Amino acid sequence: MESGIFHSTYEKDMALRHTPIEKARLALVVLFLLVFPFIADNYWLNLANTIGVVSIGAIGLNILTGFTGQISLGQGAFMAVGAYVAALMSIHWGAPMWLTIPAGAIATSIIGAIFGIPSLRLKGLYLAIATLAAQEIIIWVITHWDAVTGGVDALNTKNYLWFGGENHYFSEFQFYWIILIVAAVVTTVSVNIFRTRIGRAFIAIRDQDIAAEVMGINLFKYKMLAFATSSFFVGLSGALIAHWRQIVTWERFTIEVSIFYLAVIIIGGLGSVSGSIYGAIFMVMLPAILNNIGKALSGVIPSMDILIPFVQQAVFGLVIILFLIFEPEGINKMWKNIRDYFRLWPFSY
Amino acid sequence: MDKFLQLTLTGLTSGAVYALVALGFVLIYKSSDVINFAQGEFLLIGAYMAYFFLGQMGVHWSLGIILTIIVAAAIGVIIERLVLRPLIGEPIISVIMVTIGLSSLLKAIVGGIWGTNPQVFPVFIPKDEVHILNAVVTTDKLWAIVIALAFLVIFTLFFRYNKEGVAMRAVADDQQAALSVGISVQKIFAWAWSIAAITAAVAGIIVANVLEVSPNLSGVGLRVFPVVILGGLDSIPGALIGAAIIGLLEAYAGGYVGDGSLAQVISYIVLVIILMIRPYGLFGKEIIERV
Repeated sequence: MESGIFHSTYEKDMALRHTPIEKARLALVVLFLLVFPFIADNYWLNLANTIGVVSIGAIGLNILTGFTGQISLGQGAFMAVGAYVAALMSIHWGAPMWLTIPAGAIATSIIGAIFGIPSLRLKGLYLAIATLAAQEIIIWVITHWDAVTGGVDALNTKNYLWFGGENHYFSEFQFYWIILIVAAVVTTVSVNIFRTRIGRAFIAIRDQDIAAEVMGINLFKYKMLAFATSSFFVGLSGALIAHWRQIVTWERFTIEVSIFYLAVIIIGGLGSVSGSIYGAIFMVMLPAILNNIGKALSGVIPSMDILIPFVQQAVFGLVIILFLIFEPEGINKMWKNIRDYFRLWPFSY
Repeated sequence: MDKFLQLTLTGLTSGAVYALVALGFVLIYKSSDVINFAQGEFLLIGAYMAYFFLGQMGVHWSLGIILTIIVAAAIGVIIERLVLRPLIGEPIISVIMVTIGLSSLLKAIVGGIWGTNPQVFPVFIPKDEVHILNAVVTTDKLWAIVIALAFLVIFTLFFRYNKEGVAMRAVADDQQAALSVGISVQKIFAWAWSIAAITAAVAGIIVANVLEVSPNLSGVGLRVFPVVILGGLDSIPGALIGAAIIGLLEAYAGGYVGDGSLAQVISYIVLVIILMIRPYGLFGKEIIERV
């Protein structure tokens, strides 16, 4: 907390950002996001778009796991629901994007709430295993329900702007703006959820579920709500991916994806919306950077090309382990520490 | 009837492998309350170490197995010391994630050294065909079942008569009380991890012998969750019976229901049902906290 700042009105007290420095930092970030697509090439735009959709999914998972304390290994399957609903609506009904994307999110939110029912009786480890089962069952249904999902074959999503319109091909640059707007809305909404009764109830359930119930929080209602809210954002992310990549296959939504998202929120910071975004940036950039280093080294070390995927996988595992041992609260905490160090400098104790 | 018998034997064979992996799983959970998502990778390492010693170095199979077991035990102890010990007392998601990170790291190391292609394993358990009633089965599969049963007997005796085994039960029951009577909890954790790694390595050797050596073997790690939940997370006989039931269910679902694809998911459906009606499993202790 900054010293020397006195709130004289309730509005000021409720504000998310209090100091001029915080406001300036936000302005800088917004400025960067607006300028970035004009200076970046397609490779960087693609990375930025990936970070965008991963951020949305990670915020969704963080609402459930970080804020409400319900561990989920079913993220990948929930994303698949969003992606498949959006893709199938566009293919079979010619539905426009502005309809399919929210529809995918809503469908995921319903499925998520259904699979959230076990959370009423199970917690911690047992819930994690139940969601693992959800992951395997949903993916199995997708790959075997040939009549609807096309089975193991990939779907080609159509991007319509209006019913009966033409299939529109978006460039990375155009999709950057779509993802940016959605991500901005998701971030704003989720930051503000935790200033309302619902969000506070989620946090209370995480900290002590029995105490929460005693204080009058309906565990059934709020746990379902947590699953539904979280899955809504996760499905949103899945539906965006469906329209952005224009190809939907079950292979993009396996258990590895669930693990990847858990890693994102742990490395970014559990129970922090901005942490989800930091984690997404870190985990998307890391393999890309390793790939570039590997390619640069391929002249020096002969078999480097073959080794790159293994190095990426090993570093992925190593990063998770090192973060959990040395900074369990993630990048968010590290960033806070750095900020505090400079804010209090030279008396940083 | 022939088909039934054949499927039963197939089911029991895969059940035997599940049982060995699940035994290590239960052992770690019993003594340290840690769920090890890297158990499948322990099996993978066991299979590849055996392949390294027997196939690449060409040592005799008896020596090769001993070396594999020693390496597995060492890996178990090292992992416990470096990765798990700093996390004692951390929330459950941290512990789950650290073993997931570990599984990714181990898989990458194995893949980086030996590549992704399946390797031909120098089979040392003979694959002669044996006729039991009307079903045909190879001897290596029967050996798998025998070895799993032998491990159950060894573990039961170990926990009943061996000093370390009794100490392990004490730690599982109450860590503070165990500390107060002079049991080194850290040493017990190291024991649990090394034994878990050994059983998984033995399972790996069996799988390598029956099937092949390939990176896909680590998938068994996720398939044992239904087994341990069904049997009860803290019960060794439960792990064995759960493994037999899941192995048989998969075999019957594969043989009788439709095109057999149900076999991939039947165990998870059982898992959900068990979690809903009896989360502590068939033989587990009823200490699940209800919300």
